[in-house]
Amino acid sequence: MDNLIPVLVAVPLLGAALLLCGGRRLDRVGHWLGTLLAFASFGVGLALFFSMLGRSAADRPVHLNLYTWIPVNGFQAEVGFQLDQLSMTFVLLITGVGSLIHLYSIGYMAHDEKRRKFFGFLNLFLAAMLLLVLADNYLLLYVGWEGVGLASYLLIGFWQHKPSAATAAKKAFLVNRVGDVGLSIAVMLMFTTFGTFAFTPVFADAPKATQATLTGIGLMLLLAACGKSAQVPLQSWLGDAMEGPTPVSALIHAATMVTAGVYLITRSSAIFNLAPTAQLATVVVGAVTLLFGAIVGCAKDDIKKALAGSTMSQIGYMVLAAGLGPIGYVFAIMHLVTHGFFKAGLFLGAGSVMHGMNDEVDMRKYGGLRKYMPLTFVTFGLGYLAIIGFPGLSGFFSKDKIIEAAFGHGGTEGWILGTCTLVGAAVTAFYMTRVMLMTFFGEKRWVPDADGHEPHPHESPAVMGAPMVILAFGSVFLGGLFSINSSFVHWLSPVTGYQEGHSPLSTTTVTACTTVVLLLGVGVAWMMYGRKPVPAVPPLGSLLTRAARRDLLQDDFNHVVLVSGGSHLTRFLVYLEGKGLDGLVNGIAALIGGTSGRVRKVQNGYVRSYALSMFGGALVLAATTLLMRAV
Amino acid sequence: MTGMTLAAAIPPISAPHIEYLQLSPMLAVFGAALVGILAEAFVPRRHRYTTQIGIALAGLAASFGLILYLAVDGYATNKADLAAMGAVAVDGPSLFLQGVITLVAVVAVLQFAERRLEPRSGTGAAVDAFAPEAAAVPGSDAERRAATSGHATTEIYPLTMFAVGGMLLFPAASDLLTMFVALEVFSLPLYLLCALARRRRLLSQEAAVKYFLLGAFSSAFFLFGLALVYGYAGSVQLSRIADVVEGKATITPALAQTTGNDVLLLIGLAMLGVGLLFKVGAVPFHMWTPDVYQGAPTPVTGFMASATKVAAFGAMLRLLYVAFPGLSWDWRPVLWGVAILTMVAGAIIAVTQTDVKRLLAYSSVAHAGFILTGVIALDRSGLGAVMFYLAAYSFVTLGAFAVVTLVRDADGEATHLSRWAGLGRRSPLLAAVFALFLLAFAGIPLTSGFTGKFAVFQAASGSGATALVIVGVLSSAVAAFFYIRVIVLMFFSDPRADGPTVAVPSPLTGAAIGLGAVVTVVLGVAPEYFLHLANQASLFVR
Repeated sequence: MDNLIPVLVAVPLLGAALLLCGGRRLDRVGHWLGTLLAFASFGVGLALFFSMLGRSAADRPVHLNLYTWIPVNGFQAEVGFQLDQLSMTFVLLITGVGSLIHLYSIGYMAHDEKRRKFFGFLNLFLAAMLLLVLADNYLLLYVGWEGVGLASYLLIGFWQHKPSAATAAKKAFLVNRVGDVGLSIAVMLMFTTFGTFAFTPVFADAPKATQATLTGIGLMLLLAACGKSAQVPLQSWLGDAMEGPTPVSALIHAATMVTAGVYLITRSSAIFNLAPTAQLATVVVGAVTLLFGAIVGCAKDDIKKALAGSTMSQIGYMVLAAGLGPIGYVFAIMHLVTHGFFKAGLFLGAGSVMHGMNDEVDMRKYGGLRKYMPLTFVTFGLGYLAIIGFPGLSGFFSKDKIIEAAFGHGGTEGWILGTCTLVGAAVTAFYMTRVMLMTFFGEKRWVPDADGHEPHPHESPAVMGAPMVILAFGSVFLGGLFSINSSFVHWLSPVTGYQEGHSPLSTTTVTACTTVVLLLGVGVAWMMYGRKPVPAVPPLGSLLTRAARRDLLQDDFNHVVLVSGGSHLTRFLVYLEGKGLDGLVNGIAALIGGTSGRVRKVQNGYVRSYALSMFGGALVLAATTLLMRAV
Repeated sequence: MTGMTLAAAIPPISAPHIEYLQLSPMLAVFGAALVGILAEAFVPRRHRYTTQIGIALAGLAASFGLILYLAVDGYATNKADLAAMGAVAVDGPSLFLQGVITLVAVVAVLQFAERRLEPRSGTGAAVDAFAPEAAAVPGSDAERRAATSGHATTEIYPLTMFAVGGMLLFPAASDLLTMFVALEVFSLPLYLLCALARRRRLLSQEAAVKYFLLGAFSSAFFLFGLALVYGYAGSVQLSRIADVVEGKATITPALAQTTGNDVLLLIGLAMLGVGLLFKVGAVPFHMWTPDVYQGAPTPVTGFMASATKVAAFGAMLRLLYVAFPGLSWDWRPVLWGVAILTMVAGAIIAVTQTDVKRLLAYSSVAHAGFILTGVIALDRSGLGAVMFYLAAYSFVTLGAFAVVTLVRDADGEATHLSRWAGLGRRSPLLAAVFALFLLAFAGIPLTSGFTGKFAVFQAASGSGATALVIVGVLSSAVAAFFYIRVIVLMFFSDPRADGPTVAVPSPLTGAAIGLGAVVTVVLGVAPEYFLHLANQASLFVR
């Protein structure tokens, strides 16, 4: 049974290979093939899941060493898999949500010429992401990590004829590189410290390493997580990544890939638990991002960018929870799973709206759509209720636990973190209500597009509707399912460890507080966007609003500090290089080229010269051999 | 009375004991060669092509099967043995390298049999890359008649079989005389094969004559070295030489005059070395390679570049590891120098090459240098690494030369590099495969080239030759320049309007290229099994 683990990765990889190399003859069936293989992978995942459920908690983790890539003394590069409860959770999320989004894409990309390629990339993404979560060592994880980055780049820039998409893809790739550098340094540090990449020995030996090393590894892992999960300060790419087709935003930039950072931190819990400084940095990053993303989400008029801000903020919650240590890991992952469902649902809903509105994304040009798209309205609405944490729905259970754990951190820090998460919950309720009201309620504000086509909003085909309905079910029930008898805690705690936090507030108080701030957020949003009509042209707004519209000046900051600083540094280096290094490099090149040109003249084509050189060579050879003996 | 003393003085001549089973891989190939000659004499002309291919492939398949059988039966490990009165070693390295050579030969025969690339002859017969009538003077009427009549030189197949047979024997030879005989057995057919190009015949014949003259010259060195070493040790048996060198053997009084004379031994060793270094194409004995590689028919170049290298390095390993480990303090420094010179010169001269076949020739010189670093290690890991490298390298080389046969214009193969500009736009698949081979030559990870280079450098540094490894890595960097320059040329230059076309080959060449690509990727991505195999086989019988 456990030999099926590589099949999980191999099936979508096969799909990618077939679809990308198969040529035009697969154009007509390619999308179904890709979807089928995604579902097949999900099926294998389910089979493995039930087989795992049948074992006791201690026997659940499974190792499978496929082969040794480079077997050399002192350097073992293994291709090995590890399937434990944490990986299993991710496998089901990735293949489950992934398959649904494949299905949805059949409808969404129906008229795209490059649809086969799109499904090839989606399959490639699934394979890379599964490799990332199934690897039993950091080197293989790194392979998956880079594969995910590649797939993300290809999919963001899928419509590369649009300069904005091409630029966004490049931006995402470059920002991710910064994080990747962190991961590679962390992996190298681990190798020099522990002499291995494999999880088990690294975690077992972690207590023997010095505090400074552990902190260094932890901080570098955090940097990697920031890159992939769009956390401050490497958050700037996520908003632009919305240039990709909407299913991509749903799958990669909401439900799965961006959670890789959370996975990395949770997987490395043994290291973070021993490095309090790294943990502190993690919670700070999480808290800052959750507020940052929420504020940005409030100001965006582009529905996908508002959702992107929300994604950033929700992942901030998870990172914060993961930074809290054993009291938070389980809830980070639990929120990750529920978020995967409702955020994917929200994005698919947004895609459905765009589908019916001639690809318009400006919410100021929506309004009153609930009458025209009832199914989208209901599923999106359920996702909305889930994300704001409406009592009884998925988000309520998972977010509440994180807020409680934040208070449970203890001391002043606990109060600060708890307050941040509460404020975040209020702002979440505000901006999501704003999205809901601007899109589905109020008067219709549609305008003809540039070509003069009046939009005719309509419900999307069933192939798009079905995934939305399934995701909506998940958004409603999953949180409750996880919380009955703390089933999720029992499931995951053998891997991540779990301990109760000592919250100064009782669970009831926390729940009451969240409900109050939730109502507050919804109320304010209703006052601003529900009671009075939404102006078609955005008002100037306060200084904060204007800043938030520009993503809190993230790009301006990057430009002033990094770009201009970097270009000055580059200019300086170019100057240095021109003066010294360049001469050296060109000199070497000229030397090699010149030598080559001169030496090749020896090759004159005359056998007699060749024989002479052989004879000379033989003489030298014999003479040196004798000389070696003499000295 | 006198009759009795004579009878007592002459020891009875006992018939040599031959272990036919252990020699069977070679016998199968030689048998196929002989049957091929008979077929040439008796089979009607129109059936010869298929008959010869059938015989050749059957012989090679039988040989490979027998090699596998012997290996599985334990001859590669615990049953390793000296057969035929100590002349032939049947051990791990022999069987491993013989297996590689037979596989390479199968692929080469497939390429030789390719008949879709050349335009059909006047009679409408499909023709191959070889001269229609080898004896006809280039440009003569006789040649034109032969060309229009659609004749073919089907003798290439028996010739190839003889060459393969010699190559199988060469790395297995465990005395110097057998080694010399094997050297000649595989060299002579190769000289002939080089002269048989259908197009540019003068260039081809010139290459063959050069190869023959220089090859004879190097054989003379080998033979002279053999004589000197025999003078020193009183035996041509490698293990016996080793015993004498290490002072373990009892020396007969008759030899006492010469055995102590180290000068004989050292000069003899150096001369044996010249013969072998010539065959692997090490600097300064490499000068034949570019001219011969360029002039020979491309399928023959591919075969020669891969199989000869495997056989010659096999023999060199056996000679140095079995007969002369006791002299390592003498030969290692010299080989250091040769390896450094070979890597550096091969890489640097390749930089300014403009012909793809010459480029690959210099690349093969550089690779000979890389392989030498593994030879210098003088331990099991070095032996295993070199054998793995040879297996990996030979398939990349075969594949690369097979690609060269496909890029053609009206004059045959378009080998000038400038004609390859923009090939990636017109034939993305072919260009991608060629790029894969080039990356493997350059030693980029996830190709077999990387694994091989990693293994030999690891072995070399393990034996203390760190400086050699540094030179190797630097030369690889220089070499990467010209490999990647070709990739850039193929993919990032605009195609020429009068550029060559890419011929659609028959499945024969397709199989050769495909196999090359698959082996390149498999040995790069999952080399563990094969590394293990090579390491397991890396013990010489003495």
